Amino acid sequence: MTQNAPTLSLGPLLFNWPAENMRDFYFRIADEADLDIVYFGEVVCAKRRPFQLPFYGAILERLARGGKQVILSTLQLVMDGKDQQAIADMVAFAGDYLVEANDLSSCAALAGKPYALGPSVNIYNEETLRYFEDEGATRISLNAELPVDSLQALADAATVDLEVQAFGRAPLAISARCFHARTHGLAKNGCQYVCEKDLDGLAVDTLDDQPFLAVNGLQTLSQAYLCLLEEIPALQDMGIMGLRLSPHSCDMVKVSEIYRARAAKRSSATETLEALKAVLNGQPLANGFFHGEEGLKYVASHI
Amino acid sequence: MTKLELVCPAGTPAALRTAVDAGADAVYMGFRDETNARNFPGLNFSRKELSEALTYAHARGAQVFLAVNTYAKAGNPTPWHEAINSAAELGVDALILADIGLLDYARHTFPNLRLHLSVQASASDPASINYYVERFGIRRVVLPRVLTVPEIGKLNSQIPIETEVFAFGGMCPMAEGRCTLSSYITGKSPNRNGVCSPASHVYYAQTDEGLTSKLGGFTINRFRIDEPAGYPTLCKGRFKSGGKTRYLFEEPTSLDITPILPDLLAAGVTALKIEGRQRSKAYVRDVVTAFRAAIDGTPEFTQCVGHLSEGSQNTTGAYGKKWL
Repeated sequence: MTQNAPTLSLGPLLFNWPAENMRDFYFRIADEADLDIVYFGEVVCAKRRPFQLPFYGAILERLARGGKQVILSTLQLVMDGKDQQAIADMVAFAGDYLVEANDLSSCAALAGKPYALGPSVNIYNEETLRYFEDEGATRISLNAELPVDSLQALADAATVDLEVQAFGRAPLAISARCFHARTHGLAKNGCQYVCEKDLDGLAVDTLDDQPFLAVNGLQTLSQAYLCLLEEIPALQDMGIMGLRLSPHSCDMVKVSEIYRARAAKRSSATETLEALKAVLNGQPLANGFFHGEEGLKYVASHI
Repeated sequence: MTKLELVCPAGTPAALRTAVDAGADAVYMGFRDETNARNFPGLNFSRKELSEALTYAHARGAQVFLAVNTYAKAGNPTPWHEAINSAAELGVDALILADIGLLDYARHTFPNLRLHLSVQASASDPASINYYVERFGIRRVVLPRVLTVPEIGKLNSQIPIETEVFAFGGMCPMAEGRCTLSSYITGKSPNRNGVCSPASHVYYAQTDEGLTSKLGGFTINRFRIDEPAGYPTLCKGRFKSGGKTRYLFEEPTSLDITPILPDLLAAGVTALKIEGRQRSKAYVRDVVTAFRAAIDGTPEFTQCVGHLSEGSQNTTGAYGKKWL
């Protein structure tokens, strides 16, 4: 492992926040949040980009001024010319920024340059990890599904920096179909951007009112918030120093503080868990994937 | 005009013989372990059975494709490597892979082995498909079910290899190989374990409101007395969102491309894939027979496969823009 100190990163914003809110959010992150890396860019739906683009320049400048390393994230699923254009636009910045590939089409476009690899590119084993290291990947965010024994094996093999999602609803699926539009009885090409209404995704419950999933346009997420506060020492012991926090409408500056305190060993699991629960207002937490169990479970580590 | 190639499922040696006899141009299967995406009890092939299947199919002019289309486990790639080694030794006509590490292994270890890119790799655009062609020499891509027919037509003009598309059977509404819904609810996933919504986690309960189907303790659907009850595949249930109750992700439908078969041919598609390695011999016989007739233009072909669909409903899925 090349990386010895813990790094806290903010994953790309997955939700379709009104563009001004998005700008204000990133300005506050730039100015106030204790984060090392901020991933930026639309990864779910290319239709959202035209609204956001006018603010890209100001956001990137502000993040740089705030001392954050910016990594540009690309779209997860490429279906048509609009999606291809979105990827090309991001890859064009590869000289100025590290670009995170979230699909093989981006890997193809970035071949020969150093790049970051996002969690929607499947890396389940050492051979695949080695392949991408040879291709130029310098930072790899692993899929939230990977259990601890796989993480350990990958960390043992890795020569580049590894990262796992430690906070936020976990992306579970991506589709050509828009579930937000469908919920509102609309077609995808006349979606009226209804995903904008749900800042953290739209909750999906079962017929018996069990909290189940959340939808965000083409994406399906866990309803529970992934939380690896208890597992941070185990991750650090195996050499995984990168912790990725996925943005939500809750106080992300506070969330960053909580994870920083835990990563720097200033606060205990119990203290930080209590603090996080206070920020989240009763949202369920999950860490089952890490423990090789159902992803939605929360397994108390008793560390 | 070139005919579409008919690629058919074989969950068992008996299903393989049935598919070949009914007119399959090619048959695909997996080994009996976690290396394939239909890792169900009682399904799939031993090495000896695959060897016999090759003899049977080749004697009748049919090809045999082996699917090793899950992702190798970190720390233990051996079962996956052994599956690839066996495929090469036994002389399968093509190996269907999804994992980059395994593609790399197969390419370097058996450079002459024909490789197909599994739908589980979810390669949906020219840039990614051409990348797989350049790096791993794949000769065919099984397209994810996220593209419309015009998009497929355009794609075919931008890649130098064959495309195979799903024609009939169960349909994922999600991009394949990018979905961990099943492991979120049950701890078992298609990518890692070769299963989705596994039967071991299914439970049915009869209540006053009707038959309730559950997966991992979660209610997936509830059926009135007059409704046919379906298997609780977790993306095909009724759920509540935004104050409404509906089939949010997908109705319990089956894919059926027979209405658009000429369009797919015109879009430059090489092969049609029938889903259903878990299905019965009778199902395989009926579907293969019907598609053989449809491809050959035999006049008696009409809606003879409709009754075989899940929930007796059909869709052309993402091939038509309406589905999106």
